[in-house]
Amino acid sequence: MSTRVWLAMAAALIASVIVALIVGPVELSIGDVFGALHGSADPQATAIIRTIRLPRAVMGLLVGAGLSASGVALQATMRNPLAEPYLLGVSGGAAVGAVLVSVAGFLHPAAVQIAAFSGAVLAVALVIAVAHASGARSSSPALVMAGVVIGAFANAAILVVLSGAPATAVRDALWWMMGSLSGATWVGTAWLATVVAVAFATLWFLAREIDVLSLGSDAAAALGVDTDRATRRVFVVAALMAAATVASAGLIGFVGLVVPAIVRALGARSTRSSLIAAAIAGAALLVGADVVARTIRAPAELPLGAVTALVGVPFFLARMRHVA
Amino acid sequence: MIRFDGVQVTYPKAAVPAVDGVSFEAARGIITAVAGPNGSGKSTLVRALLGRVSLGAGTIAVDGVSLEHLDRRSVARAVAVVPQREEPVFPRTVGEFVELGRFPHGSPWGPLSGVDREACAEAIRRTELEAFIERKTDELSGGEWQRVRVARALAQGAGTLVLDEPNSFLDIAHEMALFELLDSIARGGVAVLLISHQLNLVARFASRLVLLSKGTVVADGTPAAVMDGDLLEQVYAWPLLVSRDPAIGVPVLVPLRRRGPR
Repeated sequence: MSTRVWLAMAAALIASVIVALIVGPVELSIGDVFGALHGSADPQATAIIRTIRLPRAVMGLLVGAGLSASGVALQATMRNPLAEPYLLGVSGGAAVGAVLVSVAGFLHPAAVQIAAFSGAVLAVALVIAVAHASGARSSSPALVMAGVVIGAFANAAILVVLSGAPATAVRDALWWMMGSLSGATWVGTAWLATVVAVAFATLWFLAREIDVLSLGSDAAAALGVDTDRATRRVFVVAALMAAATVASAGLIGFVGLVVPAIVRALGARSTRSSLIAAAIAGAALLVGADVVARTIRAPAELPLGAVTALVGVPFFLARMRHVA
Repeated sequence: MIRFDGVQVTYPKAAVPAVDGVSFEAARGIITAVAGPNGSGKSTLVRALLGRVSLGAGTIAVDGVSLEHLDRRSVARAVAVVPQREEPVFPRTVGEFVELGRFPHGSPWGPLSGVDREACAEAIRRTELEAFIERKTDELSGGEWQRVRVARALAQGAGTLVLDEPNSFLDIAHEMALFELLDSIARGGVAVLLISHQLNLVARFASRLVLLSKGTVVADGTPAAVMDGDLLEQVYAWPLLVSRDPAIGVPVLVPLRRRGPR
């Protein structure tokens, strides 16, 4: 990718963060923002920035970067431009965990996060187990089909649980599933940052192997890669990174699918440059989408998942012209 | 150099082995060809090399070391395999594609070393792809694509090169150019093992021909010795004629018609 594109993306990222800090029910100026960060602004602005908007923006960056990097790794490894972390059981498992906890009445946000992450981890393990049981081991087609199976099962389970639940629990569960950064805290953000950083570093380390996997299983074997094991490794790391974002912010679709495609269209080719570019672009996109979500119907908030889905529509319409 | 010794491979749920007791050697400096009808076991040998099927019996040894004692990266440093088909899903430049051939050598972190760069440059030079380095792989013709794949295999820097039907989908000019390239690679000291249907091309370029039928070796020698009309007719189950081309003096295989005029 050319230097100009990198600079433009970095500028978009910085701009989106600044806008996210300025915009809100209480309009602040850029001066207020810098003052709040330095501790020289008035107490109200400082509190808003430091305890509400900044953790929310940072969480948005992490969720956007995590989902996008996960999508890059999975699309390359599975040789499928439509692959994304939600396809592989992560979203279904997390949703089952979150719904069960909501319906059971545990309203503490940490309980929902832990349940969602556990559900996602369990779903990933089940996907690998199902793929192996079918005899096709960890080949990409086997993992995708197993992901569809587990996802379908999870959807059915969610519907069954919700059908017998009280209205408030159903509303809470649905709200969670639509995705939101409103519950962002520094503790939660620190946890997410740790998981995303470790997972990203692992994918960075595996990037050349992912490049080779993207050539196809025969070519990868010819170049010395144990394709089953390598595919499983990437799958687990990418899925866990996505699971952490889902646990923190609910289901935010299309980011893991669309951002890798945007980055490819901008000229990124190797996995390494795609990972970084997608992280920057995804972070900017998510923070920007969150600004839209909380201002368009202010003071109410649109679900973040709805805004990102709207990004997906024009993107895929544009791509369809290439298919013809 | 690569040697197959009593190799037996049976696919899961198959009644008979796909390859049974196959032994032959592909020496450095020459092109050794493996030919035979569809289903005779040729591609199974390649799959065994790639580690995609396991050996029921026998060994495959590269430069004297049995493959069972090597991990896959070491195998990739010793043998470069060009599989029959490869369809990239995401485009890269020819230069980047050839660089992936150094994967068995590199560390996951680092950029390419000087040795890596030199190997890639040499591979591109041998395949005459200097003008193509910045071209995208999805913009290449069939012949160019095959050359690029051979370049990546050369970049692996292995002493043995195995190609599985590399000339499918190539026109006459590209076929000949590819075989001439393989000939020069072999003369450079590499053991070239070629799986090919094209007996007439094999007769001109290979020094050794191994003929497979139903998973066993039925003939192993020079093309002139192996290309016997009766033997080939029996193996391919089709009326054939082997004559000698007056212009170039190598055996030429002419399939005859069962029905209709000659």
